[in-house]
Amino acid sequence: MDTVVREPFETVVYERPEALVDVSTHYCPGCTHGVAHRLVAEVIDELDIREQTILVASVGCSVFSYQYLEVDACEAAHGRAAAMATGIKRVNPDNFVFTYQGDGDLASIGLAETVHAAARGEKISIIFLNNAIYGMTGGQMAPTSLVGQITSSSPFGRDSKAAGYPLRMAEMLAGLEGTAYSVRRSLHDARHILQAKKAIKIAFEAQLMGLGFSIVELLSTCPTNWHMTPVEACDWVRDAMIPYYPLGDYKVAPELESKTGRGKSTKGGAR
Amino acid sequence: MASGRIVINQDRCKGCALCIETCPPGVIRFADHLNAMGYRPAELYDPAFQCTGCALCAMVCPDASITVYRDLPTARAERRILEAV
Amino acid sequence: MAKQLLKGNIAFAEAAVRAGCEAYFGYPITPQTELLEHMSKRMVELDRVFLQAESEVAAVNMVYGAAVAGARVMTSSSSPGISLMQEGFSYMAASDVPAVIIDVMRGGPGLGNIQPAQGDYFQVTRSAGHGDFRPIVLAPATVQEAIDLTVLAFDLAERYRTLVFVLADGAIGQMMEPAKLPPMQDLAHDRPEWALTGAKGRDHNIITSINLGAQKLEAYNQHLQEKLRHIEQAGELRYEEYLLDDADLVIVAFGTASRASQTALKMLREEGFKVGMLRPITLWPFPEKELFELAKGVKGILVVEMNAGQMLHDVREAVAGRAPVAFYGRMGGAIPLPKDIVSEVKKMAEKMVAVKVEDGNGHGR
Repeated sequence: MDTVVREPFETVVYERPEALVDVSTHYCPGCTHGVAHRLVAEVIDELDIREQTILVASVGCSVFSYQYLEVDACEAAHGRAAAMATGIKRVNPDNFVFTYQGDGDLASIGLAETVHAAARGEKISIIFLNNAIYGMTGGQMAPTSLVGQITSSSPFGRDSKAAGYPLRMAEMLAGLEGTAYSVRRSLHDARHILQAKKAIKIAFEAQLMGLGFSIVELLSTCPTNWHMTPVEACDWVRDAMIPYYPLGDYKVAPELESKTGRGKSTKGGAR
Repeated sequence: MASGRIVINQDRCKGCALCIETCPPGVIRFADHLNAMGYRPAELYDPAFQCTGCALCAMVCPDASITVYRDLPTARAERRILEAV
Repeated sequence: MAKQLLKGNIAFAEAAVRAGCEAYFGYPITPQTELLEHMSKRMVELDRVFLQAESEVAAVNMVYGAAVAGARVMTSSSSPGISLMQEGFSYMAASDVPAVIIDVMRGGPGLGNIQPAQGDYFQVTRSAGHGDFRPIVLAPATVQEAIDLTVLAFDLAERYRTLVFVLADGAIGQMMEPAKLPPMQDLAHDRPEWALTGAKGRDHNIITSINLGAQKLEAYNQHLQEKLRHIEQAGELRYEEYLLDDADLVIVAFGTASRASQTALKMLREEGFKVGMLRPITLWPFPEKELFELAKGVKGILVVEMNAGQMLHDVREAVAGRAPVAFYGRMGGAIPLPKDIVSEVKKMAEKMVAVKVEDGNGHGR
């Protein structure tokens, strides 16, 4: 029930972005895919690039991301989004091309394509949702699952002796010459979501300025497969994921320094 | 003190409760009914006009189902008069 | 333009350049690497898009990207690389986007060897990936045909929004023959209206290969099947006939196997055998009706291939028992020699003397 305002003199402080299609999404309640989509749409609106944007959707829970954004889009095979985006950007260099990928798509089956796109300095942007699990297929271990994490394919908890250690993608890609911007943010509370949005904007600007490969890794939740409520899942990101995946700017091209508002790029350090 | 209000799209809301958790004055609650998708949506319950229009709820909403309004100065004055009465 | 002595792989590449190819993505693999190298020079000289990808998997997905963006794009590879690309082919087929793929086949299976073979026939003429689909498949037998069919491939791909393979054994890629290159074509200026170019002034385009729900996907498959029927009925079938008028024995072969068979044919004719050859140039569409008609009036058909018998099955199916179909093949990169084809035809001829073959009406011959 709304409170009744007797005078109509109010201003809209926030409403859903135009670049977001006005439909209900298939994402689970509390899934931060919805937040990430919203942030991407807000940034597209603010940068006014909707008409030149091409999205390369990936395979995972976000396989239908193209149904939620009002931009030209295609669906890549699992893991191949960075290669497909390369093909698009090379032949249509004036378009703004970004991929939207989960941890299985980007860091497992798509690792080679991701690393090489970054190494080549492809002028594409990647929104990388890291929720430490394979959501769509029912909760299997991901290359980003934490040691000890119980998943449907690591029922006794991830054993580092058998399955090694999770991949820190933001750091890994930051080490490549072709990477212009590689940062990690989180979506677990409002303050961090706001910081994530700023990072997405800078990543997109990196492409618009022709600087090279940009990626924003977003620590995300999967309430359903973590067997938690959405609120508990956000707490798990804060308490379990951030210690292993420190938030921070791992590579910031000099031309972007002024936009980050932090002076020299900071490395690591949870906030 | 700023005053504001929110409108939560009852058809889009999935009842994830992130807004309820986030709201600083705690003026969001679950509604009595279920929506067509079978979720219990959240709604504003602000009899004391505590909503400031901070928009933190909208920021955490995965379904972009919250619109946030903030009163302009005139309206704020009107509301204080009402409260005083 | 005058004829030049050209290596097959170079001919493929230069023909593509002149046909207005805008983008090439590939990966080195013998015996087609010269194609990639030629593209690395020419495409860059002409300020077009060239990229040596990190793998064939990446290359085919770059092709997919350029294709959904509406560009004239191609890739090339050889058998093991084509296997890696199959996922991409299936996705492209399910997206109605055009692309040209040149497969210069080598001995297999597995890593095999780098000698010429025709072992990818099954793989390429059937969907070239999972699911129900067939690409158009063009099979050159000479360097000139390599050029002409590559140019044709781009047109067919765009006309029907489909995949077109140019399927050649390694010998065609490596050999040198005099051939004429076509003049340079201008690049296309406009992207097709279905392509991803940015949703300016129109609804946004979505190109995807996922169709959840059986009803939706069955309907989409019906559309694909309809497209294939349309291609068949539009007269895209191509084949060549050699001395078939009075032939009572027919060789069916493509690519280098047909070159060896042609020599064998001459040798046999000199000895008085009435042998002819039907050489499919499109492996899909396949000359089914033509073979069925041909089988009526001949005593035997010999399929000659550089594999264990792949086109053999298409020939058998087309002939539908009207004439006996025999097979001679070499595997592992070995090329059938004319003298061996001659022996096989003679063997077949000896068998035919004693055998009575009934045609469809139950009459003996």
